[in-house]
Amino acid sequence: MAKTYDAGVKEYRETYWMPDYTPKDTDILACFKVTPQDGVSREEIAAAVAAESSTGTWTTVWTDLLTDLDYYKGRAYAIEDVPGDDTCFYAFVAYPIDLFEEGSVVNVMTSLVGNVFGFKALRALRLEDIRFPIAYVMTCNGPPQGIQMERDILNKYGRPLLGCTIKPKLGLSAKNYGRACYEGLRGGLDFTKDDENVNSQPFMRWRARFDFVMEAIHKAEAETGERKGHYLNVTAPTSDEMMRRAEYAREIGAPIIMHDYITGGWAANTQLAQWCQNNGMLLHIHRAMHAVLDRNPHHGIHFRVLTKILRLSGGDHLHSGTVVGKLEGDREATLGWIDTMRDSYIKEDRSRGLFFDQDWGAMPGVLPVASGGIHVWHMPALVNIFGDDSVLQFGGGTLGHPWGNAAGAAANRVAVEACVEARNTGRELEKEGKDILTAAAKHSPELAAAMETWKEIKFEFDTVDKLDVSHK
Amino acid sequence: MQDYQSSLSDTASRKFETFSYLPEMTPEQIRAQIEYIVSKGWNPGIEHTEPENANGHYWYMWKLPMFGETDVDAILKEVEACHAAHPDNHVRLLGFDNFAQSAGAAMVIYRGKTV
Repeated sequence: MAKTYDAGVKEYRETYWMPDYTPKDTDILACFKVTPQDGVSREEIAAAVAAESSTGTWTTVWTDLLTDLDYYKGRAYAIEDVPGDDTCFYAFVAYPIDLFEEGSVVNVMTSLVGNVFGFKALRALRLEDIRFPIAYVMTCNGPPQGIQMERDILNKYGRPLLGCTIKPKLGLSAKNYGRACYEGLRGGLDFTKDDENVNSQPFMRWRARFDFVMEAIHKAEAETGERKGHYLNVTAPTSDEMMRRAEYAREIGAPIIMHDYITGGWAANTQLAQWCQNNGMLLHIHRAMHAVLDRNPHHGIHFRVLTKILRLSGGDHLHSGTVVGKLEGDREATLGWIDTMRDSYIKEDRSRGLFFDQDWGAMPGVLPVASGGIHVWHMPALVNIFGDDSVLQFGGGTLGHPWGNAAGAAANRVAVEACVEARNTGRELEKEGKDILTAAAKHSPELAAAMETWKEIKFEFDTVDKLDVSHK
Repeated sequence: MQDYQSSLSDTASRKFETFSYLPEMTPEQIRAQIEYIVSKGWNPGIEHTEPENANGHYWYMWKLPMFGETDVDAILKEVEACHAAHPDNHVRLLGFDNFAQSAGAAMVIYRGKTV
């Protein structure tokens, strides 16, 4: 029976609140944390979120009747209390897969975190999690190489990889910068890294940096007999310029490049990731601006969503937080999103903040990168938390060694190997860490000096964005 | 302050990845690592190379990986047999993880003279 056109404003709940709806395996599912204005019912506001993030607008229009809106609409299908917080609630919305262009995280996020976030009836809104159906995952390119390929390319097995961000962040000349890289690499690091805001400034243009850093890599490889890399940051003002820098990096034989996927943009990131896959390059991803989006517990986009976006868009490494260093990150929540980066199937687990099962199928995994305020004393905990499939990145914790970068690198390398060796023999790293490092330092004066330098430093502030639990 | 000892001309600077920054393992430590590989359900394998050819991805395989072998002594005996047959070579023990299609563990057990 055809519908008749009835102009005017309808309640959202009439169309978009469907508590009896059973989500399909192909639906994209989203969980929002909704903080409503006073006096609006939960069902109406959940329906409004579903409407404004899919087909709806504020009034009925005649062209609604030219299509099958009941098929295309988003459906608010469940509401739940937020444990320990009665100012807000969770709203679950299902979207039919044909609302979104294939292989486009840009398109998905334009809908899901678009106009709806400015909606007046909401005091605040946070996208907590998305379930991408395997049918959608298969349309995305994903990580250029993945964890297994990265290990094979670099010949590194059975331990976390070791990196170091070169400091000072800004101001070094290309030659001095290459020196800092060379010293770190010859001391035993696998990677050195451009800081995120190193692009191509007047004090060091990108091409000069690339040339000097490559010489550092070549010499360190010849000296140590191991494979080395440096994340050459190709983040640029335009994607044409980004590609020009990536192509030059390939031309000079660099194994890995780097991009800032949020400030650089998801379209540029996906383009670069596909190019990396076609050109045998590894891609390191930095996440500048993430805390603007993910730190407020009531508004924005949770980092576990940004993690999924990156895995679909493409990247081989992604900064994940450290749990133990200077930057924000709750332990259980961090374990939730590092599983989301690496595993092929992740079960719903509210104790880790995971709202949905997530099936990645054959899509390769991303290595989590622990970076920010960490030093040798954190090594036992880091190896325990992150396991082998990770990059542990010590910036100040390498360069700040009293004897310089090479000694700082060697200290970290000895420490990580000692921890892995001990873990393999069944020792409990977080309990016995001090003994393990102390024993290793007997054979490594570099490690002994590092342990002496950083013995007092801790970063024990409370986490701002905690998991929602009733007893917080 | 101490100078970092490493150079192109000093062959002692050459490393060979995981555990090469630690002292050579004792027989007990080697045994413990083999127990770890077995406990993970990985397939032990042995590879070796002349030190001057250590850079490539492919070292010489010693026989075939020991699929399904869980006897630590049997694995140790093969590592020793490889070393006896090639006393000047690096001998590397691997744990092949067929689900990850990668090596879950890889370590040089006998170190040849680096070049």
